[in-house]
Amino acid sequence: MSEREIVTDVVIIGAGPVGLFAVFELGLLDIKCHLIDILDKPGGQCAELYPEKPIYDIPAFPEISGQELTNNLLEQAEPFGPTYHYNQMVTELEKQEDGSYIVKTDDNQTFKCKVVVIAAGGGSFQPKRPPVPEIENFENKSVFYAVRRREEFRDHDIVIVGGGDSALDWTLNLAEIAKSVTLVHRRDSFRAHTDSVNKMRALVEQGKINFELGQIANLEGDNGQITGVNLKTKEGEKLLPATRLLPFFGLTMKLGPVADWGLNLHENLINVDTEKFATSEEGIFAIGDINYYPGKLKLILSGFHEAALMAQAAKKIIHPDQKVVFQYTTSSTSLQKKLGVK
Amino acid sequence: MRVYVTDHDGKEHELEALDGWRVMEVIRDWELPIKAECGGACACATCHVFVDPEWQDKLHPATDEEEDMLDTVPDVQDNSRLSCQILMSEELDGLKVSLAPSAKPEEKVA
Repeated sequence: MSEREIVTDVVIIGAGPVGLFAVFELGLLDIKCHLIDILDKPGGQCAELYPEKPIYDIPAFPEISGQELTNNLLEQAEPFGPTYHYNQMVTELEKQEDGSYIVKTDDNQTFKCKVVVIAAGGGSFQPKRPPVPEIENFENKSVFYAVRRREEFRDHDIVIVGGGDSALDWTLNLAEIAKSVTLVHRRDSFRAHTDSVNKMRALVEQGKINFELGQIANLEGDNGQITGVNLKTKEGEKLLPATRLLPFFGLTMKLGPVADWGLNLHENLINVDTEKFATSEEGIFAIGDINYYPGKLKLILSGFHEAALMAQAAKKIIHPDQKVVFQYTTSSTSLQKKLGVK
Repeated sequence: MRVYVTDHDGKEHELEALDGWRVMEVIRDWELPIKAECGGACACATCHVFVDPEWQDKLHPATDEEEDMLDTVPDVQDNSRLSCQILMSEELDGLKVSLAPSAKPEEKVA
């Protein structure tokens, strides 16, 4: 955890494709950016939901995968030296008397900036919660959606639910320190890497871990501490004694704290104008899937256009005394110098 | 052709559908609440529906990719399908599905 304050021109909330392209457009105007993302990597939905899926509507790319698009945007932004802050969610946005903003994250990082660009897409990615009665009473006490501290799981009876890489990786990893590990999945087929699945099956055969076909029905326990997990199986209900539960059903997007920042919203989207993509608060812009204006299309290419116009407006706030000359990267030696063209 | 969609409150809606449209797109176009956050790429499982048992066998079976995504649906059942993977056609005229709790969008705050 860091507690220092970072002073910068712009904080971009969200390191998806539109946030990344905003770095480029702002960079051409000599504006420095820090980006914050709740994921552990850049690319937003492109990297989290469909890294390998082809996208066909990016101008000049007849076909490009979500990951390739992300990699290209990172490369394009690189000359401007952005700083990325991952695994953090912006929790607070406070306007200062001088018009600047203080941005705080759930990792105790604080930023002071002149402009905030919200490029948060569909919101922040958060774990899918199983529809189990009262599960929220156990969350972060004995039910976890991620392993932050491995030691929290030592000598526990652990139930892990899911069939993807997170479920399999942690099954193998925690088997080394747990009292017992039971992997629960709805079918005897896994989307995780074959190698992990083979290792898991070997441990089951050696009697070191258990595998159960089924789904969580409900939890037993009180005061935040589970004592057992009831499974729904083909043979009926089955109680597994357990002191830790790790459900891994992937991530889903939630609007999160954006709703608390006093911005003018339209059905969970942020209202902006189509000249500057400015929100109802001076100095806060919203671009990409998170914004709304009449005629809005949730396309990556729309977000790119919005980033370019936003940058022009942000420039006037950040460097009010500088005159902006419109230039093309093809012909402007000063822009080429910024891009590191030799 | 038509799709009958039961919403989260148990109310059935008769929706006009077009040949070749994904059931998810029909539901979204008629503005029934469905999250469908990846937009039909079989990548998020938030367009999850329960298919009426009478129609289950009339659908093409789920692909491996759809099955993999159904693994990320916490409220999965035997009749669970992703509505972005069901394409409307004459044979499916009259299809009945209900919206699953896991496909419910967030409450609107404004």
